[in-house]
Amino acid sequence: MSQIPVELVKLLIALVAIAAFVGLNGLVLVYLERKIAGHVQRRPGPFEVGPHGILQPLADAVKLIGKQLFTPSGADKLLFWMAPVLSFFPVLLLFLPLPFGPTATGMEMDLGLLLILAFSGLNVLAICLAGWGSNNKWGILGAARGVAQSVAYEIPLLLSVLAISFQTGSLNLSEIVQTQGGWPWQWNVMIQPLAFIIYFVSALGETNRAPFDLPEAESELTAGFHTEYSGMGFGMFFLAEYANMIVVCSVAVALFLGGWQGPFFDGAWWFLAKVYLLLVVMIWLRWTYPRVRFDQLLNINWKWLMPLALLNLFITAFVTKLF
Amino acid sequence: MSAIKKIWDDVTSLWSLIVGLKVTGKNFADKQVTLHYPRETVSEAQIEGFRGPLELVGKPKKPEKPKCIACMMCVTACPSKCITVVKAKAPKPTEAELQAMKEAEERGEKVKKPKAPKEPAKFLYDFSLCSLCGSCVENCPVDSLRYSSNVYFTSTDRKDFKMDLLGRLKKQAEVAKSAEPVESPEAAVETSENSTRKDS
Repeated sequence: MSQIPVELVKLLIALVAIAAFVGLNGLVLVYLERKIAGHVQRRPGPFEVGPHGILQPLADAVKLIGKQLFTPSGADKLLFWMAPVLSFFPVLLLFLPLPFGPTATGMEMDLGLLLILAFSGLNVLAICLAGWGSNNKWGILGAARGVAQSVAYEIPLLLSVLAISFQTGSLNLSEIVQTQGGWPWQWNVMIQPLAFIIYFVSALGETNRAPFDLPEAESELTAGFHTEYSGMGFGMFFLAEYANMIVVCSVAVALFLGGWQGPFFDGAWWFLAKVYLLLVVMIWLRWTYPRVRFDQLLNINWKWLMPLALLNLFITAFVTKLF
Repeated sequence: MSAIKKIWDDVTSLWSLIVGLKVTGKNFADKQVTLHYPRETVSEAQIEGFRGPLELVGKPKKPEKPKCIACMMCVTACPSKCITVVKAKAPKPTEAELQAMKEAEERGEKVKKPKAPKEPAKFLYDFSLCSLCGSCVENCPVDSLRYSSNVYFTSTDRKDFKMDLLGRLKKQAEVAKSAEPVESPEAAVETSENSTRKDS
């Protein structure tokens, strides 16, 4: 027993806790999304399963698990089934360096931010494989869109994150949180409001959320890259999307909104409250804006976000060097 | 100059994003319009203008008899041929009356032969064909047809949609009569099922 390093045990516990956290949050977010969608359209949303439909996501999950897994003829079996796995499991890794609380971090590492940015790129590969492997025209169109979009939106995302790293001189998320204070005016968003806006818009593009949900685009591509997936194949993509949303919101909270620090007391509760606030804003945006066209999507990125992010980065570099 | 102006226009038009969020935010906070059906039912005001299956309008003083004069305008107007009206026949004179008429004719008097009354003997309506276009309602010269307010009309049998409107009117009149003095709950249920749109 003594041969097993403590680090490994800690890592295992962290991964199990993250898996549970992702699953639970998936259920909560599905419920939240459908309820908000309903209320925005002046419907009640899910209502019949359990009091106020609280058990609806659970029922949906059971339904998804119980469904037959179907492989379309002519599909590349290996790639087809690798895609959902590749979409979901790397996301668990993204939660490791997130500072949920003063001590509640899966794994403290100096390059935590880099790890998140690097491994979030795997989602693009998953979308690409899913679209290619399905042998379906909607799938391949969705995948092509997904790749172009994710590659484009990664750049302003990186540049806006880099501005914060320049300012704090660190890629360690816990350290970045500690440089900020508890009160809103001590948060990075006050110094870098432009970076925050660019980050948030790019994050919407990265997670394929409306109004940038072109890879799925249900009115044009039925379901885009996951058209051919049934049961848990679809479920994994679904869960990965919500997990990715939590990750980008968590990073935003850690970088810009003071992380686990808050007025009066510090702790994981502040972190979760801020993350959920951002998630609600994301859902609110989804049910407000229509989907942008593909040329508009890329124009927003290359003509607005990129130059602005670069400008912001140059100014930040200049100011940090100066003082 | 125009390039700068264009950029400035693009930036100022970002305000419309906030306007959109305001709209959805307001609707989010507003009261819902959905009715939880088995637990709630629609009110009178909510079904104003609702087009339910056709029904006949009774005469003001004789609610069990329709205003209908069997002119067949509705049958002619109907594009889906879902209305069948059979005119009432002239009453058959009895032996004695026939005899009397014959005698009168022989005497050279003018004889009044019994005429067919201007009312339908049968008024059948096939709701499964009806498209609720309203041509019959518009074309009725005596306003004897109207839409019912029967929102919850469902059936598992096709036969239930072939309705005898005369019988229906009679039933409605009976229910209305019995419900008038005491508003019994059973009668209220019956009226809501059979629907009597309040005459305006």
